[in-house]
Amino acid sequence: MTTLEIVEILVRIAWLAGAVAFVIGLARMNSPATARNGNLVSAGGMTVAIVATAILILTRQLSGEGINAIVWVIIILGVVLGGGLGLYTARTVKMTAMPQLVSLFNAVGGGAAALIAIDDYLRLVGGGPVRIDTHIFIVLDIIIGSITFTGSIVASGKLQGLIPGKPIIVPGGQLVTLALAGITVIAALFLFITGTPNLALMLVILAAALIFGVTMTLPIGGADMPVVISLLNSFTGTAVAMAGFVINNPVLIIAGALVGASGAILTKLMADAMNRSVLNIMIGGFGGGDDAAGAAAGPGGSVRSIGADDVAIQLAYAQHVIIVPGYGLAVAQAQHAVRELAELLEERGVDVKYAIHPVAGRMPGHMNVLLAEANVPYPQLKEMDDINPEFARADVALVIGANDVTNPAARRPGSPVSGMPILDVDQAKSIVVIKRSMGKGYAGIDNELYTNEKTGMLFADAKDGLASLTAAVKAL
Amino acid sequence: MTPAEIDGLIQALTVFTLAILVGIAVISKVPATLHTPLMSGANSIHGIVLVGAMLIALEATSPVSQLLSLVAVAFATMNVVGGYVVTDRMLQMFRKKPVAPAPVVEPEA
Repeated sequence: MTTLEIVEILVRIAWLAGAVAFVIGLARMNSPATARNGNLVSAGGMTVAIVATAILILTRQLSGEGINAIVWVIIILGVVLGGGLGLYTARTVKMTAMPQLVSLFNAVGGGAAALIAIDDYLRLVGGGPVRIDTHIFIVLDIIIGSITFTGSIVASGKLQGLIPGKPIIVPGGQLVTLALAGITVIAALFLFITGTPNLALMLVILAAALIFGVTMTLPIGGADMPVVISLLNSFTGTAVAMAGFVINNPVLIIAGALVGASGAILTKLMADAMNRSVLNIMIGGFGGGDDAAGAAAGPGGSVRSIGADDVAIQLAYAQHVIIVPGYGLAVAQAQHAVRELAELLEERGVDVKYAIHPVAGRMPGHMNVLLAEANVPYPQLKEMDDINPEFARADVALVIGANDVTNPAARRPGSPVSGMPILDVDQAKSIVVIKRSMGKGYAGIDNELYTNEKTGMLFADAKDGLASLTAAVKAL
Repeated sequence: MTPAEIDGLIQALTVFTLAILVGIAVISKVPATLHTPLMSGANSIHGIVLVGAMLIALEATSPVSQLLSLVAVAFATMNVVGGYVVTDRMLQMFRKKPVAPAPVVEPEA
């Protein structure tokens, strides 16, 4: 065997090792105790696969294949640019803004997969008929990769607030989406039947898929974005698997199929946690605004407003306090403020726990990340099923910026939130809600918790409200 | 298609199908706490497309191809590096090992 042949075998084995590391890494990310290690295993596998590829390219060049040295300019420049940008943004992003960054990373991954297919197609154009399977994989890669690229950018823009989070519904918009899908399918079928690569038709498919990604994501509300991002993540995996078929590379096929399948399961788990179906979300139902509170403040109905000093007394002389953090707390970046208040109460001998609804925050699991960042001890964070029986014993339930997940209306049929699992906040002996205004939640309905006679409303921004509570407790 | 080509296709489809089954099996009952980090972790894995981007750079001779592969390499590297770093930042926060499930409601006096 020549050196090149030996290297090729070793590189293939290295790719296989990478694929194995991805599976082990993903499996270890199923539980909190091993998750970080799992991510490192996966990153190690990635490094092995990439370094092996670089060695393969180098060996081919050295064995006199007449490879232009410009390949190294492309790779090094690309790695420096992309790696630098990725490292900088990943390091500096605020934890509250992290979901949109993940969506952006997903967009570029899908984009890269699409570019590989486009490049391959350009080489086939003008070269006579191609095999139908090659043709199908290339076209599917272009379609799925492009949809993910623009779809994820729109999803990211919605979470960032660059694009309004409210569902954007253009009259006839669904017809446009359907028409785009029709154009894509017909053009693709035509290519498959004729078997001859056609640049113009490929560009039509590319354009239609790119626009389809936008029109598909725009009508979906900000609250449903996590599910959409997870779905697009699964799409990218599929696009990468297609790219693997196109360039006949097993590690791309394995890793792509792995992410495509696990991403689909995860999407379903996320949708289940919100009691929605994926189909329902994609068609776009309720699940509206980006910011829960409108400008129109002021209590309405028979709501009891309460001052910070009164709340401070309740909290300081309570035995059990359950804090219910929600989206408003994340938006106000009040996770440190809430930890300060909780520590102060604990010094006074109050037992403090946090009730974490599965979909609190911007994404499932996001609230745990935010509170952990503020050094809230992990054991104090309680998942919904664990904490619900404890509400009846709680002297005070302090709801901060959470809305729909506390609405008792969910227990009755006939409401938009019906059937959604909720925190049993209304079982607490006393309830305090910190909220900027009487604005409605995502579901756009009134929260019956606010009109409960046990409930006092402290109208304030989450951060300011908590600061004044902390000050008031200190003054006692 | 020649028999060898058919063999290659079937092999690739076999790998693809089995990898899908592994992907389904590997995600079991994930606590909601881990949904976001897990999604982010899976997101980094499809950064493996970088290997593909490097390989098309190897074949790129025309300026258009070179430009496409440059963008593909940059995109894919961003996916890989950013994906793993941000996932690690999320998971760093779960350092403290979760304690055994808290005692259920104590019997009321």
